Amino acid sequence: MDNKIALHLENVTMQFGGVVSVNNLSLDVPENKIIALIGPNGAGKTTAFNCITGVYRPTNGLITFMGEPVVRSHPTGKDAKNYKGENADKYAKESILSPTPDQITKLGIARTFQNIRLWKSMTVFDNVLVAKHMRAKQNVFSAVFRGNLHEEKRMREETMELLKEQGLDSVKDELATSLPYGLQRRLEIARALATDPKLLLLDEPAAGMNPQETLELADFVKEIRDKYKLTVFLIEHHMDLVMNISDYIYVIDFGSEIARGVPEEVQSNQKVIEAYLGVA
Amino acid sequence: MEYVISVLLSGISVGGQYALIAIGYTLVYGILRLINFAHGDVFMVAGLLGIYMTATLPISVSLPLVIIITVFLGFAIERVAYKPLREAPRMSVMISAIGVSYLLQNTATYVTGGQPMTYPVIPFLSDTVNVAGTQTKWVVILTPILVLVLVIALTQLINRTKVGMAMRAVSKDFETSRLMGIKINSVISATFIIGSALAAVGSILFFTNYPAITPMAGSMPGLKAFVAAVFGGIGSIPGAVIGAFIIGICETIIKGLPSSWDVSVFSDAFTFALLIVILVFKPQGLFGEAATDKV
Amino acid sequence: MKVKKKHTREIAGIIILFLFVILLENISGVIPGMPAILQPTSPLFTVLKKAAVYSLVAVSMNLLNGFTGLFSLGQAGFMLLGAYTYAILTVPTDQKAQVYYLFGGCAFDFSLPDLFQGIFGNTGVGSAVSLILATLIALILAGCVAGFFAYLIGIPVLRLKSDYLAIATLGFAEILRAIFQWQKLGPVTNGANMIKGFPTFSSFNITDTTGNTILRLSTFVPFFITTVCIILIVCLINSSYGRAFKSIRDDEIAAEAMGIGLFKHKMLSFVISSFFAGVGGAMFAMYVANAQAKAFTSVMTYEILLIVVIGGIGSVSGSVLATFLYVACSEWWLRFLDSEMYLGSFKVPLLRNGFRMVVFSIVIMVIVLFFSEGIMGDNELNLAGLHRRFQRKHSAAKKERE
Repeated sequence: MDNKIALHLENVTMQFGGVVSVNNLSLDVPENKIIALIGPNGAGKTTAFNCITGVYRPTNGLITFMGEPVVRSHPTGKDAKNYKGENADKYAKESILSPTPDQITKLGIARTFQNIRLWKSMTVFDNVLVAKHMRAKQNVFSAVFRGNLHEEKRMREETMELLKEQGLDSVKDELATSLPYGLQRRLEIARALATDPKLLLLDEPAAGMNPQETLELADFVKEIRDKYKLTVFLIEHHMDLVMNISDYIYVIDFGSEIARGVPEEVQSNQKVIEAYLGVA
Repeated sequence: MEYVISVLLSGISVGGQYALIAIGYTLVYGILRLINFAHGDVFMVAGLLGIYMTATLPISVSLPLVIIITVFLGFAIERVAYKPLREAPRMSVMISAIGVSYLLQNTATYVTGGQPMTYPVIPFLSDTVNVAGTQTKWVVILTPILVLVLVIALTQLINRTKVGMAMRAVSKDFETSRLMGIKINSVISATFIIGSALAAVGSILFFTNYPAITPMAGSMPGLKAFVAAVFGGIGSIPGAVIGAFIIGICETIIKGLPSSWDVSVFSDAFTFALLIVILVFKPQGLFGEAATDKV
Repeated sequence: MKVKKKHTREIAGIIILFLFVILLENISGVIPGMPAILQPTSPLFTVLKKAAVYSLVAVSMNLLNGFTGLFSLGQAGFMLLGAYTYAILTVPTDQKAQVYYLFGGCAFDFSLPDLFQGIFGNTGVGSAVSLILATLIALILAGCVAGFFAYLIGIPVLRLKSDYLAIATLGFAEILRAIFQWQKLGPVTNGANMIKGFPTFSSFNITDTTGNTILRLSTFVPFFITTVCIILIVCLINSSYGRAFKSIRDDEIAAEAMGIGLFKHKMLSFVISSFFAGVGGAMFAMYVANAQAKAFTSVMTYEILLIVVIGGIGSVSGSVLATFLYVACSEWWLRFLDSEMYLGSFKVPLLRNGFRMVVFSIVIMVIVLFFSEGIMGDNELNLAGLHRRFQRKHSAAKKERE
């Protein structure tokens, strides 16, 4: 683990009312690695992702990206009274940082969703093209009065290129939601790539895939990591996939970390086995 | 002092009338997440029914009949205009509600010829009474009492009966309740029936106090009642009632301000200003629960 | 190259439309003995003018409701702002005393037409130039005022969920209506009374020195303004921003995750939509030749919303088409439903004042419930596309026969 740390979570806690979804989670995602976050259903994996991507403001904790603090929070208001987590004082003196998801994406963190969220009335091509909007050099006036033709052309060309690379160019004029499931997943990844991310968060990318597709996905993830010099952080249930591609694995249950290590270590960890088999 | 009492009395009375409409809004919104724009017009139709019924039938027959017909109207609107759109986007249902409102208003214009109709004098309710030196109608005194009684009855219904339990379940989680075998459509119909019945009672009280009914007479009280429901926290019956009383009182106070200020034109606008302020600072209202979205 | 060609065809189409409108309203003056329908007093022209005005407002509402997925019901309020801005800026100074007589004249005696007449003179071409400039600037300012207020109200309300947004914008429109009727503001808004005396569509008819109309342009002018505005809206919808709006409509959470700032883009759509609603409101004032707050009720918003629904939420051409149908039906074709009618000695039942609107609202309910796609769904009317589709069907039919 000698690479520079891309994403760093420190004491991240997310509490909804009285329920602690993520508890004091700390982890590191080094650059150019594939890191997995695993755990049984309801362990708080997606909630952790939502904290990283700005969907939720964590109740407490610090998240840095490329060494810069991005999200920082401590319990306020009602939460301060009911707070059940730890380290509440650690960040209390510092200002709260709670960017919106689009600001996070702009920093270079892109994500996919567990339950595919493609724009249903748009074509495959437009789905990717919209993701280019964020980084386009234009304003409303140049867009309306066609002063941005150059930029528009560049966006379209880049979109086309990306679709070709992902093998989606033959279906580019289809409605996104008319694609078969596997391709929809692939399109979501292509769309995320279109935002020019440094870090890609994949939320259960193999959900609903058959073993063959899962195998292909593993190669695909490695391939895009190398091609776009990405860091990948993924949530997954398919153990084959996780063990196959991850450089390092964090395991959480009931919001708290129960194990971490390289795949072999995690595989033989007694706590992990218990959590997955449901042994008390 | 007398002036203050009279303003306060009529404020409470107006508030009570809004409360009866607001409960219909809050129940329907709690279950269907729909702003039932037609609810105010159902209230107006109930008023018109009151006029036509009492013209031909004795009061003791006509008033119950008004309530029954209004209930049927509310039930029918739900079945015809909202039920087919259960799976449609929420915007479509709201548009349908606006369409129903438009239809009811236009039909009322057609039937009445667009003329303001005078509400009949209902014995006892319209009689005057002297409270602390202020002349007022019995309806003004009776409204808040009646509202309280109805609200207590309704909360009992919702907290104690099976239908009430089903209503609470559906408003918490539509899909799960359906999976649990609750007959969604009956629950929704029950909601509309209760809402319409209260609107009918509200219309009798409201229009006894007002000189005339026009086809547009329902839309403004309707909107205000909705604001009251939002103010109290949508889905909460006590919230809607308290919100309605506050709005009713504020409105009468504004109307009662010296005419040289000429602010009575703002009596409606005030309600909406209040709405915007609530939505900005406390969108869940006084007694509502904050909801989070699932990603 | 291909793109350019397509555009020439569209431009040609628009020019032909303009020439046709000018021809339509002048033909009775050129060739005597034309049927009543082509006379300037015919309901045809009322319908065309009103529909031109309404289609702009409908399209602006569609931009917001159909393309961005924001359910706003404030359109009448923004129209009111536009109408009043236009009216206040363009009432000639010498008319002000008469218009504002209840308040002892207007609070400020400034008038755009007078300003330009001071520069270009008030006869012949000079007066035409000043009329055009004054109207143009007043229309743009009308839009800007509406847009500015949209920005102010947008800060709190655009963070709200869809249905709360609807009721908040509706409420905002009601607040505006009350403010503009407030007697204390009488010297500016003329209180609850109407402002009139400003340039209307008929002011654009060209007359000779004796006052005879040489060339009627009163229908062409609203067509022209609306067309320009709708073209701008279409350009926006087809731009990168338009796609971003659609992504917000389809899935807010995904849009935000892909770097599209929700608040910024919703605000953009809201302000732009309100700008054009403001321009539409100013044109509405020109059409009815007065500006009065009580005209801009929530019923007006509902009417426009229903037009958008009939045309198809998310279709610009659908909105335009629906507006013309709607206005023609309500102002002209269904008028007969409002008057009693006898077939021989048989009195047709039900027909009397108000029946038209009942029929109308039933038709609307039927559309909402059974044809929720509206006329166009979210497709656009496209002559080339229609042609292609026809050809495809034709060739398919041919193949089958073979």
